[in-house]
Amino acid sequence: MSRSYLFIPANRPGMMQSAACFSADAVIFDLEDSVAITEKDSARILLQEFLTANTFDYEVVVRINSLDQNDGILDLETIVGPKVDAIMLPKATVENVQKLAYRLANFEKARKINKEIAIIPLVETAIGVLEVEEIVCLDRVKGILLGAEDLTSDMEIERNKTGEEITYPRARIAFACHAAKVEAIDTPFTDVNDDEGLVADALRARKLGMTGKSAIHPNQIPVINEIYAPSEKQIAQALRIVEAASIHQGVFSLDGNMIDKPIIDRSEKIISKAKRYDLL
Amino acid sequence: MKMNMLPEGFRPFVKADDYLKYPRKSIPIVYAQNQGPKLQTSIKEIFDILGIKDGMTLSFHHHLRNGDEVLNMVMREIQARNLKNITLAPSSLFPNQRLMCELIENGNVTRIYTNYLNGDIGKTICQGKMKDLLIMDTHGGRSYAIESGDIKIDVAFIATPCCDQEGNGHGKIGPSACGSLGYAIPDMLYAKRKVAVTDYLVPSVEDPEIQGRYIDYVLKVDKLGEQSGIVSGTTKITRDPIGLKIASDTAKLLDKLGLIENGFSMQTGAGGTTLAVAKYVRDLMIKKGVKAKFACGGITGYFVQMLEEGLIEDLYDVQCFDLEAVRSIGVNSNHHAISAFEYANPYEENARANQLDFVILGATEIDLDFNVNVTTTSHGLVIGGSGGHADTAHGAKVSIIVTPLIKTRIPIIKERVTTITTPGEDIDILVTEQGIAINPLRQDLLSKLQNSKLKIYTIEELYKKALAMTGVPSPLKRSEDVVGLVRYRDQTVIDFLYRI
Repeated sequence: MSRSYLFIPANRPGMMQSAACFSADAVIFDLEDSVAITEKDSARILLQEFLTANTFDYEVVVRINSLDQNDGILDLETIVGPKVDAIMLPKATVENVQKLAYRLANFEKARKINKEIAIIPLVETAIGVLEVEEIVCLDRVKGILLGAEDLTSDMEIERNKTGEEITYPRARIAFACHAAKVEAIDTPFTDVNDDEGLVADALRARKLGMTGKSAIHPNQIPVINEIYAPSEKQIAQALRIVEAASIHQGVFSLDGNMIDKPIIDRSEKIISKAKRYDLL
Repeated sequence: MKMNMLPEGFRPFVKADDYLKYPRKSIPIVYAQNQGPKLQTSIKEIFDILGIKDGMTLSFHHHLRNGDEVLNMVMREIQARNLKNITLAPSSLFPNQRLMCELIENGNVTRIYTNYLNGDIGKTICQGKMKDLLIMDTHGGRSYAIESGDIKIDVAFIATPCCDQEGNGHGKIGPSACGSLGYAIPDMLYAKRKVAVTDYLVPSVEDPEIQGRYIDYVLKVDKLGEQSGIVSGTTKITRDPIGLKIASDTAKLLDKLGLIENGFSMQTGAGGTTLAVAKYVRDLMIKKGVKAKFACGGITGYFVQMLEEGLIEDLYDVQCFDLEAVRSIGVNSNHHAISAFEYANPYEENARANQLDFVILGATEIDLDFNVNVTTTSHGLVIGGSGGHADTAHGAKVSIIVTPLIKTRIPIIKERVTTITTPGEDIDILVTEQGIAINPLRQDLLSKLQNSKLKIYTIEELYKKALAMTGVPSPLKRSEDVVGLVRYRDQTVIDFLYRI
């Protein structure tokens, strides 16, 4: 599970080289919207060379173009390999996620890739939101990314910083993802100079059940990592609960509060996250 | 002159504290010789009265930075009189003083002592158009060079934004207010003749930084320059993610080294990344409830904010980097103007530079021995200079270089820097976005960081990391014609500048 997903255009070699510096848990190398149509070929070749030449200590995600277009197919043909952890699919529906899973299985077999490349469907249409409960259950889906800009465009509603207009899709995606035990990744906050707005937006999404957030600028990563990681206080309390649970059987009391299985499970999740994020 | 041939009268650099083997040398302080009326209104009259002629040495301070017009005014008079073989000793030179290029090419100006040089003058000199040498000192080194008589100044022109008729003045108010006049103090004390140049004449001045007893003449002019030009272009906190990453890691490093504790002292200078370090240090101070004893050097509005927030007890300001610092020094009794002596004279035991817990510095190049270049580009073109770099790197308990590992596709780490400004023995730590390297001479720092989560590498490992991304840059062939010297703070020659 990743707290932060940083979009990096796949036609910007300087930014790609620096991607490892920004402490993002995952980096999304983008071949879609941030790459002009005239640069699609060079970007996918650059990305393929970059993936071949480097090793990574972050999760490598590639956002491909739509599989309805030739570019999407070429993207897969060029970049699918053992260094790729997940493919992000724009305008996801049940049908196109299934198609992608099928293609990935074929590539893995043909190229002798000894891992299963995951899929992160990008839910950014009304139909995608409605189908999300099915999408999360499909093979290889490790999480859903909400794409609020395209979604509000599809819905013909105004997008604003306070995000009331995306409360429903956020909540629906969060419920679906938690039910399927996959990640619920929030849409980016697009004003890269509004640090306070980013904090408020990330907190709102977390309260609705999002487990991580995407970013379009490296400066947004520290805030996202902090908000989506357990706090020092939460970690300390979780450690106390798990330690006490190893002594007590069943329900017990700690500091006057009843501790039962759901609370112990939650504490274990917090400790697991803290370990993953190097906070312990 | 050919490479490795020291001109007569110059000594080679040995090591950073070698000068301590020699006693301090001070020429007598020079009081005003003119006991009559001091006020003059014409630069021509000043030249006539003082008998400024061929072969003399004239000095200036640079507190008006890129807004200064005093030096230009004197250059125009030299040009009008076609004086020859003039030596200049400005504490720094800026792009707006490009008129000097003509004087260099015409043989009016033939030698320059300075601490920092940016703009066309550097190009002109590096093209071999100056008859004699460019000599790059440090800010602290300049103060001692003047005190010891190594640089003999015939006339010092001291821009004084607020001045009375007796030559008492300061830089805190007036249309050209620039704050501290710290770099002018050696000139005021030791130049043979001194002229305070002002555009704001007042009946009397309290607590003057420039003292009338040393000043021979007061020259009233319409304008000292453009006040807006004193603002360095690099006094805003960077938004560049690489710069912020470097700054954030530097603050973590400082904390891990135990340097952010009550009563600590620091210098961060201007520059987007170093200012960002100050921001992260401030955040850390607030989180830990820590207060700093002082910050010093060139002062920016950000340090002023920290002073006003009570996070820093005192600011010791040798030059104001922006107008917010100028405002503060005029109204805040904890914001003190200090001289170049008090800041960084190598023989001042209690110089502020020597009391620093840490200093954050930049680099255009750093090599595998931690030698740093802030004087030239990799092609050898002069684009800067030490300023206080070598002084504070030597004086501070911990000196930290902050820089991206790669700039414009070229690795910052070299096997050998093009020009040594600050010797590696004075540099303790390099922080880049890709990792941190500690000078092996500082095993004490390495041991403190043993269990740190920071990415610590050897400088060789960082160098290899950079080369893996950029490939190996082709070596540049340089000329062997020396156009200048880089001197360490004790006036020993640490490197040469070559014609390009």
